[in-house]
Amino acid sequence: MADITDTSTRSAAQSAAPTRPAKRIRWGDIGDHAILIAGALLMLVPVYMVFATSSWDAITVHRQGMQFGFGDQFGVNYDAALFEYGGFTDSVNGVTMLANSMILGLGFAIGKIIVGMMAAYAIVYFRLKFATLAFWMIFTTLLLPLEVRILPSYEVITWMNLGNTYTGLIVPLIASATATFFFRQYFRSIPEELIEAARIDGAGPVKFFIDILVPLSKTMIAAMFIIMFVFGWNQYLWPTLITTDESLFTLVRGIRQIIQSYADGSETPDYGQAAALAIIAMTPPVLIVVFFQSWFVKGLTESDK
Amino acid sequence: MKRAAFGHIGFPILLLIPQLAIIAIFFYWPAGYAIQSSFYLEDPFGFGSTFVGMENYTRLARSSNYMSSAWFTLIFTCLVTFFALAIALLLAVKADKVIRGARTYRTLLMWVYAIAPPVAGLIGVMLFDQSRGNITQLLGMMGIEFRLGVNYWDTATAMISVSIWKQIPVNFIFFLSGLQAIPRSVREAAMIDNRSGTRRFWDITFPLLAPTGFFLLIINITYSLFDTFGIVDTIVKGEPGNNPMTLVYRVFVDGFRGQDLGGSSAQSVVLMVLVLILTIVQFRFLERRIHYT
Repeated sequence: MADITDTSTRSAAQSAAPTRPAKRIRWGDIGDHAILIAGALLMLVPVYMVFATSSWDAITVHRQGMQFGFGDQFGVNYDAALFEYGGFTDSVNGVTMLANSMILGLGFAIGKIIVGMMAAYAIVYFRLKFATLAFWMIFTTLLLPLEVRILPSYEVITWMNLGNTYTGLIVPLIASATATFFFRQYFRSIPEELIEAARIDGAGPVKFFIDILVPLSKTMIAAMFIIMFVFGWNQYLWPTLITTDESLFTLVRGIRQIIQSYADGSETPDYGQAAALAIIAMTPPVLIVVFFQSWFVKGLTESDK
Repeated sequence: MKRAAFGHIGFPILLLIPQLAIIAIFFYWPAGYAIQSSFYLEDPFGFGSTFVGMENYTRLARSSNYMSSAWFTLIFTCLVTFFALAIALLLAVKADKVIRGARTYRTLLMWVYAIAPPVAGLIGVMLFDQSRGNITQLLGMMGIEFRLGVNYWDTATAMISVSIWKQIPVNFIFFLSGLQAIPRSVREAAMIDNRSGTRRFWDITFPLLAPTGFFLLIINITYSLFDTFGIVDTIVKGEPGNNPMTLVYRVFVDGFRGQDLGGSSAQSVVLMVLVLILTIVQFRFLERRIHYT
């Protein structure tokens, strides 16, 4: 820590000194960029290596580890990862898993936003006697992540016969109120004059919600959607438990299958194909975060405060 | 509640029903069930259960396996939190300062956020693989023998490294937004008052960043406890054996592998109390913060 802040502040002092002649090379700036480039490489290189490795045949990777250069097996590996049926029952391929991941990501994000917005609207805009009670009931859900109540949740789902269904996959994940809180916070920041004006104009609660509140929250909804989609797409533990039927596997769930073949050690795992599947699993959420980064950052930094 | 709120009764209840129904069925029911079964000893073959009071808890306290997991979780959490925060803070301070390429750096440093923990774990497994991992080979050249899955602390090192790597982007985003929220005028005033960058950082920037830092501290502890599940599971390759594991992972292992419903539930309740404490601490702090902003 001492070492880290030392360098940061030292260079800050150098580049900020106003008396420094303009033409001299500013070592402080170069140091800053060097640290940032090192940080970017730390993030980039491991994933680049997976990408490069996905273009090699299994034997080469088995002998030499992950690769930096590119081989000629790109097409073969991605074709196999996407279209070759695998698993114990030969009933799942990459495309099926991609579709399932998409259903989980979209279902979770949309479900959470709709349920959350409705509840937040009820809590903020209505004179309800038990609004405080409802608020606290919802609030408590933030205390207990699914990972903690995993075994009883599993038993409840089994009891309700929802194992191996999309409902069982998606709905229990919605049972935490992050989106509700976020929307509650946001609605409270909307000026009160707005609702007064709407009432004078004769708008009822439904009209106010659909015609005024939803359009007003568009950016927030978008930000929420991105965060929730990525969160749903990346779910691991719940899909692992709830789907034993391979045709319901998500990509992230499929990664576990790869690891298992690693652990068995009985045959040479298809490293190139595994790397290809990992790349396929990470591409959609990464693209979304990169392309919509300002919304994403907005949602992330504003939702939890 | 707003001053000019609507006076209806039926409609808001209708709006609340989906949320309340979902949390009742998928949150309160399992949570209550966990508390209840933590006081029972379940027959593994499903022939009913017997009330044992606190026995599941005392069994936990006496279990050397559980205690070693607790210690490991503590060390794991401290290391992950510290390094993920320190590295992210350094990068955020730099990114805030450079004028050229600030946006590019932000993009390059944040995208790992979107990678699923198990995928990060898979990358870790491939890099640290005992015989062909690139990092293992690098360490081998330096004379260090790294044996993932065999040596307890080697496995722990891989887990901790991957968890830090995965968490840097989130911390970076928050620190950077925190830094950019500091008004220019404050910075300029500080610049006039004090030429020393070190003093400026500790006297001005750091205290102004402290609320963000505290918030991130809680977020990082929660991350280390819960969200690293996928990383831990992939790195121990689903076969715990003598491997290090976090408390949340043990809930899963004892519950699903060991079929120990009572013990697993007691562990859930212990974690539940832990999260409760964290939340209270956070709220206390947030309340105080509201007072002076």
